[in-house]
Amino acid sequence: MTLTLDGPRIVKTAPLVQLRGVNKSYGSVVALCDVSATVYPGEVLGIVGESGSGKSTLLRMMNLEETPDAGSYTLDLPDLDGNLFDLDRFARRMLCATRIGIVYQNPHLGLLMKNSSSGNVAERLLVAGERRFAVLREKARAALAASEFPLERLDAPPIELSGGMQQRVQLAKAIALEPALLLLDEPTTGLDVSVQALVLDTLKRLQRDRHITMVIVSHDLGVIRTLADRVMVMRRGAVVEAGLADQIFQDPQHPYTQQLVHAKL
Amino acid sequence: MTPVLDIRGLTKGFTMHHLGQGFAAFSDISFAVAAGEFVLLKGANGAGKSTLLRTLYRSYLPQAGQVLFQSAHGLIDLARAADIDITYLRQTEIGFVTQFLVARPRISAEALVAEPLRLAGMGEPEALDTARHWLQTFGVKDTLWPAYPTTFSGGEQQKVNLARALIRPHKLLLLDEPTASLDANARAALVQRLADLKAQGTAMIGVFHHPGDVEHLIDRVIDLTPNAPLQEERQDVAV
Amino acid sequence: MSLASLTKPWAPMSYGFLDASAKRELRRKMIKAVCVPGCQMPYASREVPMARGWGTGGLQVSLTLIHPQMRVKVIDQGADDSVNAASIRRFLARVSGAPVTLDTLEADLIQSRHRIPEEILREDQVLVLQVPNPEPLRSVQPNMSIARQMHGDADYGRMWLQLYEQIVRSGRVMQGASYPSMVNGRHVMTPSPIPRWDVPKLHMARHLTILSAGREKRIFAVPPYTRVEPLVFDDVPYRVEDHGGLTCYRSGTKGFFMNEIPQGDGSSAYEVSDSAFGVKAIRTREGKGIEMGETWYKDGAMTQ
Repeated sequence: MTLTLDGPRIVKTAPLVQLRGVNKSYGSVVALCDVSATVYPGEVLGIVGESGSGKSTLLRMMNLEETPDAGSYTLDLPDLDGNLFDLDRFARRMLCATRIGIVYQNPHLGLLMKNSSSGNVAERLLVAGERRFAVLREKARAALAASEFPLERLDAPPIELSGGMQQRVQLAKAIALEPALLLLDEPTTGLDVSVQALVLDTLKRLQRDRHITMVIVSHDLGVIRTLADRVMVMRRGAVVEAGLADQIFQDPQHPYTQQLVHAKL
Repeated sequence: MTPVLDIRGLTKGFTMHHLGQGFAAFSDISFAVAAGEFVLLKGANGAGKSTLLRTLYRSYLPQAGQVLFQSAHGLIDLARAADIDITYLRQTEIGFVTQFLVARPRISAEALVAEPLRLAGMGEPEALDTARHWLQTFGVKDTLWPAYPTTFSGGEQQKVNLARALIRPHKLLLLDEPTASLDANARAALVQRLADLKAQGTAMIGVFHHPGDVEHLIDRVIDLTPNAPLQEERQDVAV
Repeated sequence: MSLASLTKPWAPMSYGFLDASAKRELRRKMIKAVCVPGCQMPYASREVPMARGWGTGGLQVSLTLIHPQMRVKVIDQGADDSVNAASIRRFLARVSGAPVTLDTLEADLIQSRHRIPEEILREDQVLVLQVPNPEPLRSVQPNMSIARQMHGDADYGRMWLQLYEQIVRSGRVMQGASYPSMVNGRHVMTPSPIPRWDVPKLHMARHLTILSAGREKRIFAVPPYTRVEPLVFDDVPYRVEDHGGLTCYRSGTKGFFMNEIPQGDGSSAYEVSDSAFGVKAIRTREGKGIEMGETWYKDGAMTQ
């Protein structure tokens, strides 16, 4: 039997994200079954699993787009207390808009396709209450630059851009308000392999330079390997294994994890 | 004096669920390493030398036993420590030198080598300067410093790997065949760096296929061959 | 049995044309509208002897409020003598017996299409504005249900974004009339297609303004002394039309909202849009001693 792990003794900072006992069913279908997770500030947590594992549902819960049947979600941030699932609609929306950033797999979900790219980023700032045009312009530019988006296309609408560039606009939108938590749902799926590498690189840079805490959902183990510090493996709504990224990939304990890891050629 | 690392009854096995099989890698290993001590791991291929190193580093999970590490923050059992503590220790006190470089696309050699310093909070210009010094010490041509290591030869990649892994002194250093694919000059630079770190108090546990290079640094040899006496005093070590 | 015994005796229509239940509906919705400034209240809009799109919403409000002593003024683009204004005014007088007036200072009720008079309105006056499209979010969110949710959530980011895009594309905010405005710091409304010139008059005004869309069946209101703030970036000031320096060629009044009249030689002449105000200016010049009320704009600039 593998030794069970203790709580942290050296690192004294409180976890940023704590999810406890999250349960969600849609009718008779169990989407999430008693899921718990902890993420420390600056960490990158990778969530892997096949379709139907519940990983995307979990991410949507972390973005407060949905509430579970049971469970708690806390963020260790100033002025935030208690179970975020209990927040009213308005508080939830404000929290999402200002403290959490999200990048969706499908850019159509995350972007206003016909507005300009800078406008897409500015919209986030406007929702948070920024009312100075010059500041909107400057911050939008800075966020797009940090996402390594070509600035000569600053005002092009996303509908005219390639998939990789659209993801960069999403990323810029997500980081514009310097959120405490960045959520990414299959950020590179569907992109060309070479473009994938570039987007991953940008994420890595962002993480190193800004120490943003990230939760990345992907079925692509290569993506998770590149970015994650810790990995959580999900199957049919439940967490089957969680641990350090290199340990999960090199010494998977659970039969399902072994299957998943060894299936990768 | 309390040892830097105190391994007690460490046991590691693997269960391949899809094969319905399990096998033991090593069993009931106990030994201690003091500051500035160099321990060589010996044993036939498959005896578990690499596995032991990885278990100490927590890339593998042991089945039983303790790995008591005297960190700057107190005594901690690496076998059961929280993931976040292990991540912290890996960034600050425990180093692992492999024979492969994990190169990421579009990151230059000098940026890769500087990264551990940047993570420790050093400013970019200073970190890059230090990185370049070590790349030079390990014999990487200066024209290659801004280049991407993904395009380098195995030997060049390993030099970058070493420079990065050894740029910061650690309390505990684990070495897994670091001399593979190195030319004579680079091996010499490695040995010199290890000697310096050892003198500064780094405890080292290493697996070397040709331990001749580091012979003069070895304090003890641990033999992982099953049924062989575990510990030997420093001797001529042919594997 | 005779026809006479089967038919009911002739009775005149309700006072003010609308029946009691219609008026009750309108009164209730007007009160609701006043309670939540700037928020659109749906109402059961009745048929009136006028086609939809010609001011039926404003007409229903006026018919509800009207009583035999209420002095009524009706204008269209500032003019009392426009065909539609004249016909609405006549209808109101006929179905209520109320007196009519052309003088802003005398009126108790002013029904207007697309303009606010230049003379400052008092606490005892009511302004009824005709609204074609009551939904300011229509251009960013055509789906009505989602737009209602956005108002409920005070989710106006897309509205602001539209203004941002206008500045990015054209260098300035292109919104001419119907400038989206935040009422009482909570709801964004369209002030109806009044020019930008008129919007500041609504801010902290002494009078009650009711805005009604008959075809769209929505009523909203700006109670007296309520903030009305056009959506404006802090560093891009709100600009009104450049009429501050213009002179009306007929009345000589300066610095009021003008109608532009192209001349044969390519130039333009300007005529004050508030026609009753222009007439009063002419009478004053002729020495007839007409009272000219205090105006919001003085020397071509907004005072309050």
